[in-house]
Amino acid sequence: MYVYDDFDTAFLTERNRQFREQVARRIDGSLTEEEFRPLRLMNGLYLQLHAYMLRVAVPYGTLNPNQLRKLAEIADRWDEGYGHVTTRQNVQFNWPKLTDVPDMLDALAEVGLHAIQTSGNTIRNVTSDHFAAAAADEIADPRPYAELIRQWSTDHPEFQFLPRKFKVAVTGSEIDRAVTKAHDIGLRMVRKDGAEGFEVIVGGGLGRTPMIGKVLRDFLPVADLLPYLEAVVGTYNLLGRRDNKYKARIKITVHENGIETVRDLVEARFAEIAPQFDTAATLATLARIQGMFRAPEFRQVSDLAYQAAHGADPVFRAWADTNLHAHKVEGHAIVTISLKAHGATPGDMTSDQMRLIADLAERYGYGEIRLSHEQNVILPHVALADLPAVHKALKGRGLATANVGLVSDIIACPGMDYCALATARSIPIAQEIATHFDALKLEHDIGPLKIKISGCINACGHHHVGHIGILGLDRAGVENYQITLGGDGSEDAALGERTGPGFAYDQIVPAIERILRAYLDLRTSREETFLQAYRRLGLGPFKEALYGAERHAA
Amino acid sequence: MSRAPQPHVVTANALIEGDVVYLTAAEGWTRDLKQAQAFTDKDEAEAALARAAKRSAEVVGCYLAEVRLTAQGIEPTHFREDFRRRGPSNYAHGKQAAA
Repeated sequence: MYVYDDFDTAFLTERNRQFREQVARRIDGSLTEEEFRPLRLMNGLYLQLHAYMLRVAVPYGTLNPNQLRKLAEIADRWDEGYGHVTTRQNVQFNWPKLTDVPDMLDALAEVGLHAIQTSGNTIRNVTSDHFAAAAADEIADPRPYAELIRQWSTDHPEFQFLPRKFKVAVTGSEIDRAVTKAHDIGLRMVRKDGAEGFEVIVGGGLGRTPMIGKVLRDFLPVADLLPYLEAVVGTYNLLGRRDNKYKARIKITVHENGIETVRDLVEARFAEIAPQFDTAATLATLARIQGMFRAPEFRQVSDLAYQAAHGADPVFRAWADTNLHAHKVEGHAIVTISLKAHGATPGDMTSDQMRLIADLAERYGYGEIRLSHEQNVILPHVALADLPAVHKALKGRGLATANVGLVSDIIACPGMDYCALATARSIPIAQEIATHFDALKLEHDIGPLKIKISGCINACGHHHVGHIGILGLDRAGVENYQITLGGDGSEDAALGERTGPGFAYDQIVPAIERILRAYLDLRTSREETFLQAYRRLGLGPFKEALYGAERHAA
Repeated sequence: MSRAPQPHVVTANALIEGDVVYLTAAEGWTRDLKQAQAFTDKDEAEAALARAAKRSAEVVGCYLAEVRLTAQGIEPTHFREDFRRRGPSNYAHGKQAAA
């Protein structure tokens, strides 16, 4: 992975020194809250419902064991002993004191981490495929490109005050695990005439006005990546609306001006600025970064131990069947560690769990750890022979739940338990759905399903692209939950369709059960997933299952 | 029929700790809603809010929150204020830990 050089280290040290002084000036009264607020947001510090919240950037979701151990230390020393994995592959601490934050940032800097541009109207942390460099379906590792974009966008002087926040996702695979079509810019690696490049998707986004991104350029050569991105963001910076915060994202700019106009403006700007870029220097930087992302020397070991455990231990088998994905190297697997134990808070990881995962990554996983936007942890490279030992260790810390991709593997935003913007709670809904279907023993029968919950229309929980999406609202002073069906965050991205009136807090779990029982009745076979059945049948039968009983009773 | 004016409390987040505080009758800050001063007079509430909002060395984001006066003392009327006075529902952190 990327290793900081002297420039990076000096930059971070200086930035942290500045923020320490800004905090001191806020406390001694030299800065008002209005003056301080943008400064703290630039450094990832929010003031939430019950406390400050520090959002740590995890570039493209990649961590090494020492970084994860440092997060554990920070959680123990200055927080409540846990961290929360977000839907943009970051980590949030929910309980820091203002006076401790400068020390927390210094601790992060010791391992090359920071909280810069995790808030504000800037280019945010670049996200990527959590299976990068491990998935068999990949053209190339997208992370060196994500790192290049991170370096370009960090403290970019032109893009510190954009009309609104700006999110970039990069994938190296045809299988989209990075939700590229719901980002301001989505980059998908493609190959043309033997050369690698990107399909550039623009104007996707969820939130108040959900949109699926549109293709701006079907093939962008690697050498043009930075000037083209600069042209897109520069065009948006001028064209994007600043009169209305709800119409300020690039999706609205594209929608109001049309993709052709935006494309023409971007291409014109690109032609203008591309000559100012030193392509050879950029490619040299890229080559240097790629050198840091070289694949490990994969060990070739017998998988007999794996086969034996798979045959003999049903608990291990259930876990292996749901939580492993095919690795590009024979004899290895990608391990997804579920942070969704039934009844647990989606995405929360205690400091003990962090330390165990760091140890396992070091011992069995070539020192690689990923955080997924689905709020789980990935060990991308594990030899099959080591899986029984990994599983045993995970089990001892409550990390071996065999539910990845199933009904209880729910994305949930922090909702009104933490977030100042939320209109309803998300976490307890996720907890109750998970425990309910676990008690019914229906989880494995239902099969692949993505439930996503947001506690307000800003849609951090990606509910629009959930197979089942749940949106928590405040309806006349009472929590109310709307359901959408048929959303999809993959390469076949689609927005879910609203079923109708929402449900009260204590009615939402029974409503989800009615939908899923209808699916079990209607599917042609166990092989037809919920999403496939929905696409075949449409909203009708699910709506009937949801509301029919009420209507017949009325 | 117009609704009787509801009582309000002045609330904010503490500058250093970030946790929820309420203004008391002595114009100090308390972490316990029941110790807060409830204003039934709208003008008095607004005046107290204006004074509190100037105390930026102590608090952030002052506003008036509607409450009910019950036999058990001051109770929030909206669920958001109920969560704010108690803490998150998934862990006994925040005010619940201190209770």
